[in-house]
Amino acid sequence: MIRVELPSHLRALAQVKGEVTLEVEGVVSVLSVLDALEARYPMLGGTIRDHATQQRRPFLRFFACGEDLSHDPMDRPLPAEVANGKEPLLVIGAIAGG
Amino acid sequence: MSGVRVLVGTKKGAFILTSDGKREKWDISGPHFAGWEMYHLKGAPSDPNRIYASQTSGWFGQIIQRSDDGGRTWFQPGTPPGETTGPGGAPKGESNKFVYDTSAETGKPLTTHQFYDGTQHPWEFKRVWHLEPSLTDPDTVYAGVEDAALFKTANGGKTWEELSGLRGHGTGPKWQPGAGGMCLHTIVLDPKNAGRIFIAISAAGAFRSDDSGKTWKPINKGLRSQYIPEPEAEVGHCVHRIAQAKAKPNLLYMQKHWDVMRSLDAGETWTEVSGNLPTDFGFVIDVHAHDPETVYVVPIKSDGEHYPLDGKLRVYRSKTGGNEWQELSKGLPEKDCYVNVLRDAMAVDSLDKCGIYFGTTGGQVYCSPDSGDTWAPVVRDLPAVYSVEVQTL
Repeated sequence: MIRVELPSHLRALAQVKGEVTLEVEGVVSVLSVLDALEARYPMLGGTIRDHATQQRRPFLRFFACGEDLSHDPMDRPLPAEVANGKEPLLVIGAIAGG
Repeated sequence: MSGVRVLVGTKKGAFILTSDGKREKWDISGPHFAGWEMYHLKGAPSDPNRIYASQTSGWFGQIIQRSDDGGRTWFQPGTPPGETTGPGGAPKGESNKFVYDTSAETGKPLTTHQFYDGTQHPWEFKRVWHLEPSLTDPDTVYAGVEDAALFKTANGGKTWEELSGLRGHGTGPKWQPGAGGMCLHTIVLDPKNAGRIFIAISAAGAFRSDDSGKTWKPINKGLRSQYIPEPEAEVGHCVHRIAQAKAKPNLLYMQKHWDVMRSLDAGETWTEVSGNLPTDFGFVIDVHAHDPETVYVVPIKSDGEHYPLDGKLRVYRSKTGGNEWQELSKGLPEKDCYVNVLRDAMAVDSLDKCGIYFGTTGGQVYCSPDSGDTWAPVVRDLPAVYSVEVQTL
């Protein structure tokens, strides 16, 4: 089970509270986690990665195990602690704007 | 006709204000979508309980929301409330997917527009500024977006397709962003000619289609903008808002960056009607529901100072189709008022005694239940108001 922590606005959109847990088949990467997330919560399509380019939205970041993974290739395997559910993948909204 | 429902989009959520026909006592609901920028909400004329809303965020992008019960509950079209859908489920969650036409047939040439520095820049979707439901079908809605383009849904907002004839008619590469971005902010559907659509873009100008959005032409003859290299160019004008006299649909009014304009021939030609306005800069313009010659503007000091002259918030009304303007001040702030009124933030109801509404960047929404003679605040302390629409119920 993969754990994902979403910003509060996205939790509201997806109508969930707390962490989201997902089954991810194959390699656990940001890409496969987002695919699983959007399959289960289609209302989140386009909110984390752009619909057209599939790139991460500029004001969002991916953190895990104390590291910023935002600039890694999206298909790079996530740390083992995320893959085995010990640590969550954090989707973080940048502190910007008003 | 027994009352009104005012739909208010703000910088930090949406609010719904309801009242009976007297428009003196109000119920306020909200914030809906708290914390999100709500650019625009509008009800379908053919089904008042059907309301569409543009919810947007610099972090999370664009969301389209829909209500089928007059704004009590909302859902993203294609994703019913309380449901989650797995692979193979019908809802695709694509109600917020606005992808420009890049097809070989119609979209290929539509690759770039002019950027601030004069270079060509690719079109990039940012947000929906304006939603205009069809006059006859609640499932059909037009969306004006930034970077400027027109999209349409025919399935209640589940999916959207670009009407690419607008960007593709020939002048697209000359369009450029205004200070607020390159946005398609005004959509007017002609009540007597089903195929006729007017739109306006900052900073490109006004355009008209007579075939339901397939083909388009600029309608900017008579506009003069001294801030562009060729002041009477075919495109490049910063049109802020167009309003149509519904009973006389060839009669249009325009608040341009500077200048208030009028067209008697569905936009073919425009004439300035700023007349005795103390300043002809502004954003909003609207027309009395029952009198095509009565029009309202809120003069703003200048493009560098986006607030009323002398700190006095004033609506100006002309009963002569422009040129002769009367100051309306009863009930509005007399001093120390330095708010703006943004382009989508004025509306009129269609009760016998036409009501006029506008919202400010200071969070006030004002109502005049007597066609502008007197004003009172409905609410005073909302977040900055982006848009105001009214439904006459």
